[in-house]
Amino acid sequence: MTPTRTRKSLTVAAGMATAAALALAACSSGGAPASTADAGSGSGAGDNSGYTFAMVTHETPGDTFWDKIKAGATQAAKNSGITLKYSNDPDPAKQATLIQNAVDSKVDGIATTLATPDALAGAVKSANDAGIPVVAFNSGIDQYQQVGAKMYFGSDENLAGEATGKRIAAAGGKKVLCVIQAAGSVALEARCAGVKKGIPATENIQVNGADDPSVVSALQAKLAQDSSIDWIVTLGAPIALDALKAMDAASSKAKLATFDLNVDAAQAIQDGKIQFSVDQQPYVQGYLAIQSLYLNKKNGNDIGGGLAVLTGPSFVDSKNIAVILPFAKNNTR
Amino acid sequence: MSQTTKTPPSAPAEASNRVTLGWSNRLLARPEVGALVAAIVIFVFFLIVAPAFRSPASFFTVLYQSSTIGIVAVAVGMLMIGGEFDLSAGVIVTTAGLVNAMFCYQLGINLIVGAVLSLVFCLAIGFLNGYLVVRTGIPSFLITLGTFFVLQGANLGVTKLVTGSVSTPNINQMDGYKTLDAIFASSFKIGSVTVEITVLWWFLFVALSAFILQRTKIGNWIYAVGGNADSARAVGVPVKAVKIGLFMSVSFLGWFVGMHTLYKFDTLQAGNGIGNEFLYIIAAVVGGTLLTGGYGNAIGVAIGAFIFGMTSLCIVYAGWDPNWFRAFLGVMLLLAVMVNLYVKKLSTARKVG
Repeated sequence: MTPTRTRKSLTVAAGMATAAALALAACSSGGAPASTADAGSGSGAGDNSGYTFAMVTHETPGDTFWDKIKAGATQAAKNSGITLKYSNDPDPAKQATLIQNAVDSKVDGIATTLATPDALAGAVKSANDAGIPVVAFNSGIDQYQQVGAKMYFGSDENLAGEATGKRIAAAGGKKVLCVIQAAGSVALEARCAGVKKGIPATENIQVNGADDPSVVSALQAKLAQDSSIDWIVTLGAPIALDALKAMDAASSKAKLATFDLNVDAAQAIQDGKIQFSVDQQPYVQGYLAIQSLYLNKKNGNDIGGGLAVLTGPSFVDSKNIAVILPFAKNNTR
Repeated sequence: MSQTTKTPPSAPAEASNRVTLGWSNRLLARPEVGALVAAIVIFVFFLIVAPAFRSPASFFTVLYQSSTIGIVAVAVGMLMIGGEFDLSAGVIVTTAGLVNAMFCYQLGINLIVGAVLSLVFCLAIGFLNGYLVVRTGIPSFLITLGTFFVLQGANLGVTKLVTGSVSTPNINQMDGYKTLDAIFASSFKIGSVTVEITVLWWFLFVALSAFILQRTKIGNWIYAVGGNADSARAVGVPVKAVKIGLFMSVSFLGWFVGMHTLYKFDTLQAGNGIGNEFLYIIAAVVGGTLLTGGYGNAIGVAIGAFIFGMTSLCIVYAGWDPNWFRAFLGVMLLLAVMVNLYVKKLSTARKVG
């Protein structure tokens, strides 16, 4: 703000070393455990196959969900001595280019998400033409065969949404607020549409998932506007935690369910603040996608009997949270 | 050349060419008046169409929403008056929180130490932005676009490297949490209304900024630098220092909101904050700050942030179809800017008399 601050901060910067030294002395509890469990590590005593597989996704960087997919894929690769090449781009055209890259570099197999099947069909075809097996995971359940992928591992979003809606209806829910954190996502819309089948009085709300304070205030506003809302469904674990803040601030008596898990959401389920989570088990998706390519290459196997292999919906609630919480802390569930 | 009969101009004309502004025009000439009119129009509009908005609690939710944008916008507005942009202002908020959370969690250090360290780090980034701009003469739009990308990538890359995930671990069990939570993220009740502390901080920063801009030498320097940097330098204004200082104040307030976000939510997603830099600029522009620099004030920027917060939440209060959210927002903002422009035209229409 002022030129004097410029000089002052230089002095402060000079004192940084002192601060760091001080810091080491000032111990704090509640930090990282002394021996951190290495997420996704394990004994790699499996086969040393020497295959190279490419995994291509539509991940937008910065979502913990994808960490788990990667953790699963990494573990599968480690188990079977596979070299895993991961790449991602949320833009469909760029994702197609990444698949083409993998084809050009002559990998032994490709696992890809099919969030935008039409845009990726060409690249998948060129992989098939080059004799490279392709499996799909996470998204594209309706189109994977048509596009040319051999197998599919993932959740059925419509089914997951419907199951959620039924569960809420069974628990006596009348009016659901379904929180969509990213605009224009087919998978997220499908979840809310599924919920609406179970509870006709379901209303969607669009929030900006990249800005937590705005999520809280938007939900707070919605709860104030419509006091008949008795259930909230969020479509991602971080958003569920924002929703808890908003419910608290608006003194709302609504109940909360969420899709997906993270450590804090798992903890909130144990504490009874979140009723249940609809988990699509991303770790399993990543793991099976790589493992299936391995089996296909090594042994000519085909998994799923020509149908999609469903990794979800798997419900996590007060009954099974005790088992699942440690895995969530380990970043594998 | 013999016309000696020419009468000397009788002197009635002291008032002939001078522009005199009536009190109404002087009022209208202030940068924030257009925004104020727009804010009142939007406010009344939503009072009519959104019954849920008609409560003090709703009003304070709107103030909270406005404050998280408005705090950084205070500094961004000053920077724009000084003739520069900062596109890294959105991600630096996340950077600030990440530095604090990861440094402390991984090494088991008191959070207050980490907060100070994070402040130093952010000020250093602000200094670097400013230094590169004044040193190279490259437009700040490009320099800070560079820092924006670097920070965005580093946020994700470093977080992943350190925590093995793209979000920070929960820090609410660590030493120093209570103190920092009280400073940055607490709230208190007045009657039935919950007031978030960021609202008070926002008012404080706006007042401070208004004071600096209107009542101090440094304020004059900022206007001079943004109006015409060469003339400012010629009359002895330390242009480089002013600009670097402005960039550092943006990173300071970015750090402040970063602290709020961290201590309110206890964990941070490394990809957050992207896109908010435009909200800050929008708040400043709606509040009457000129994109070209040299004109604007703190109250206007605050009203700009308020308009943004009010519009984004009142669409929810009104219960409109959320798919149209962005479209409504765009129309509201355009209207605000146009009302603003119209009022400014009225005020600058010269009255010669």
